[in-house]
Amino acid sequence: MARLKEAGHALYSGMLNEQAGVIDDLIVYRMAWGFRLVVNCGTREKDLAWMNKQVAAYDVQLTERPELAILAVQGPAAMHIVMDLLNSKGASAEAVQVGSLKNFNGAEFGSWFIARTGYTGENGVEIMLPDNEAPGIWDELLAAGVKPIGLGARDTLRLEAGMNLYGHDMDESISPLSANMGWTIAWEPADRDFIGRSVLENQRDAFKRGELPVLSGLVMEERGVLREGLRVQCTFSDGSIKDGVITSGTFSPTLKHGIALARIPSGSQNAVVEKCEVDIRGKLIPVRLVKPGFVRLGKKVFE
Amino acid sequence: MSDFPDDLKYAATHEWLRLEEDGTVTMGISDHAQELLGDIVFIELPEEGKVVDAKQEISVVESVKAASDIYAPISGEIIAVNEDLADAPETVNTAPYTDGWICRILPSNPAELEELLDADTYAGMCE
Repeated sequence: MARLKEAGHALYSGMLNEQAGVIDDLIVYRMAWGFRLVVNCGTREKDLAWMNKQVAAYDVQLTERPELAILAVQGPAAMHIVMDLLNSKGASAEAVQVGSLKNFNGAEFGSWFIARTGYTGENGVEIMLPDNEAPGIWDELLAAGVKPIGLGARDTLRLEAGMNLYGHDMDESISPLSANMGWTIAWEPADRDFIGRSVLENQRDAFKRGELPVLSGLVMEERGVLREGLRVQCTFSDGSIKDGVITSGTFSPTLKHGIALARIPSGSQNAVVEKCEVDIRGKLIPVRLVKPGFVRLGKKVFE
Repeated sequence: MSDFPDDLKYAATHEWLRLEEDGTVTMGISDHAQELLGDIVFIELPEEGKVVDAKQEISVVESVKAASDIYAPISGEIIAVNEDLADAPETVNTAPYTDGWICRILPSNPAELEELLDADTYAGMCE
């Protein structure tokens, strides 16, 4: 949270338990009055229980805000449409401010908070507002040409963007290092004793030695669909064979082939991964390993 | 609204069949089935020459949403497979009863055709 220097700044982070397992992933916003956390809805109760337990020893107030709604407006035209919406309400100064927001920054306007964050890999904003205002704004956005999408389409977008989904790509049994979340960890200053740090430091050494699995991207250029739970057979340069598993998979409508996130055994100095195949109904289909992240702003991002 | 042509027979597992003049049977998946599956991106085609029993799994249709097994509605030998679907599986979405046919079967027990559903019964089941 020390990375959040000013009001409006946002940070993607993991909430860890003492064993450095991922309780949840979340976005923290620094507000003028404190911090706003947006967690997964499905993990709401355990997150609140965990945070209430942690804050008990501190002078911190934790307030659930069930009366707020979030509308995510995402896509190439999103900024433009949201600015038009604000202008139509006479909020032209606010529209200019939203238009100039940098990625992972937000601004508070009375009971509204608009941030350049999202879960799609596209441009756009998330609008947090009182729930009684949300249906009206929803209708106005639809009238302005925004198309509503369901969870399936949202899941395709986040996976094309290479973003994790809690409960699939990571959970409390998984180290953030094995969930491609290593970049979110602030190791410095070394004396900051965040929850799970000591276990995580040991895991960091094990990870460097190739003893922990890695979350990798998979691309299948043959026809078919990669799906969660499929076995990934990895052949190493020393001839050994180890299995990994797909944690999220789909058919990418943008790329027209199968993509997935998979937890696969790590290579080491002595043995690198030479070949990966996915077991689809008993047939081994070759796949390529890529960095997680397949599509950004509608364009292919891997080689 | 799905289309249920009157001249076809249907299986409860959403395959359609057409009895051809030469006694063979052409089959595919129903309009209702392709609607439920959504965009079809891959079809693991049946094996030509294979002898199958009724209700045996012969093919898999994969859409963005789901992988769905396709069953032989009748017993017999698979005598032709629609190879065009290998490169254009979406034909099953656009023309499920014509260009989107999956295979042809030479029935070993034509009496099994009588056990299949007519269009009205199948349409009622899909409501």
